[in-house]
Amino acid sequence: MIEYVAIFVMMFIAAIIAVIIIGASHLLGQRTKGKAKLAPYECGMTTSGPTRRMMTIRYYIVAMLFLVFDIEIIFLYPWAVITKRLGLFGFIEMLVFVIILFIGYIYIWKKGALEWE
Amino acid sequence: MEPIYIIIEMIVKNIVVVMVLMGLVAYTTLLERKLLGYMQVRLGPNRVGYFGILQPIADGIKSFFKEDIIPNEADKTLYVIAPGICLFTALSMFAVIPFGSTITLFGREIKMVVADIDAGLLYVLALATLGEYGVVLGGWASGNKYGVLGSLRAAAQMISYEVALGLAVIGVIILAGSLRLTDIIAAQQVGSWFILKYPFGFVFYLIAGLAEINRTPFDMPESESELACGFNIEYSSMKFATFMIAEYAHMFVVAAVATTLFLGGWSGPFLPGPIWFLIKVFAIIFFFIWERGTFPRLRYDHIMHFGWKVLLPLTLLNVVVTALLVALGVL
Repeated sequence: MIEYVAIFVMMFIAAIIAVIIIGASHLLGQRTKGKAKLAPYECGMTTSGPTRRMMTIRYYIVAMLFLVFDIEIIFLYPWAVITKRLGLFGFIEMLVFVIILFIGYIYIWKKGALEWE
Repeated sequence: MEPIYIIIEMIVKNIVVVMVLMGLVAYTTLLERKLLGYMQVRLGPNRVGYFGILQPIADGIKSFFKEDIIPNEADKTLYVIAPGICLFTALSMFAVIPFGSTITLFGREIKMVVADIDAGLLYVLALATLGEYGVVLGGWASGNKYGVLGSLRAAAQMISYEVALGLAVIGVIILAGSLRLTDIIAAQQVGSWFILKYPFGFVFYLIAGLAEINRTPFDMPESESELACGFNIEYSSMKFATFMIAEYAHMFVVAAVATTLFLGGWSGPFLPGPIWFLIKVFAIIFFFIWERGTFPRLRYDHIMHFGWKVLLPLTLLNVVVTALLVALGVL
């Protein structure tokens, strides 16, 4: 258990450092006000239209595919730890799982979900 | 052993590790600027102190006294905490990485790792994923079109390559039979380094790692020539510098994990453990800087195609082949 406490101490120190750095620069820096200065920076152009507009559906599809494949990988981790002990039997069991996922992978490829046009 | 000594040892070790890490990260920026300078036939920073040795300190002091701008359009809370998230995750990731065996100080044997937990590798991967929030929220919260585009790209690219990264390390787990990083090093001390048994895994890990830390040729989130800096466009003063520190700290951790998983960690002849650890880590960091000076930036659709259509099937195949060889008792 003491090791996990050490991790929390590390996280605590990291958080303190982040707070100190950001807070100190907030206090130390000089400050001048200006309307143009606080406007969004667009290389000198006056900004037009809303900032957070609609985005392409591709990003959502990538996020969904990521979920599917990341969960697959999470299933592989416990198997990977004991592969040596399971031997050939464990390998074939996992191969069936990977092949089923690979069929899905070919399906999304053929459907065009991996294209960026 | 009284508990009070264990707690004191733990806190002192934590503080020493974080301070040394921050120092190394600061000097990694100098190393990068110097090396890139020499690669481009110029000298790099050489005015502040001999060989530019005080440059990182001067940069830090300067950043602290610069104006801290919070744009009107920004979501104030997220805008302020986003660089903090990046730095927090990058520094905490180092907690599980072993950098030596043990040393004896004041009659106590001290392990040279902050926290030797049994799920060490999972911890690293989990925090690496959390680090993406900093980049994504930073770009999103600054209320700038370039920033939003940069953060969208960052999100899509990082999660795409994370799949490959997660698959690339599975081979190491199969070979070592453990997620504990000290066990992985011990397995390499008994046999050979995993880079020899699992060479393609090392290559895939480095490629996916480069995409995870947004370095050239995968630096789409902050591509200067099209997004004018991307997710950190609106950031100024030490908030901007925090993003930079976090990026370099993350680079250091990716190199340290590569060292631990594939290059035998801190083990090596003659020299003490931490020295070997730093030699190997800086060899990989040198590679990162070298390829930054060599390769141009890829196009975004090329990056996504490569990640999903090339890297993912190849890493999966690599894992299956490695598992077969282990199951047959060859490796």
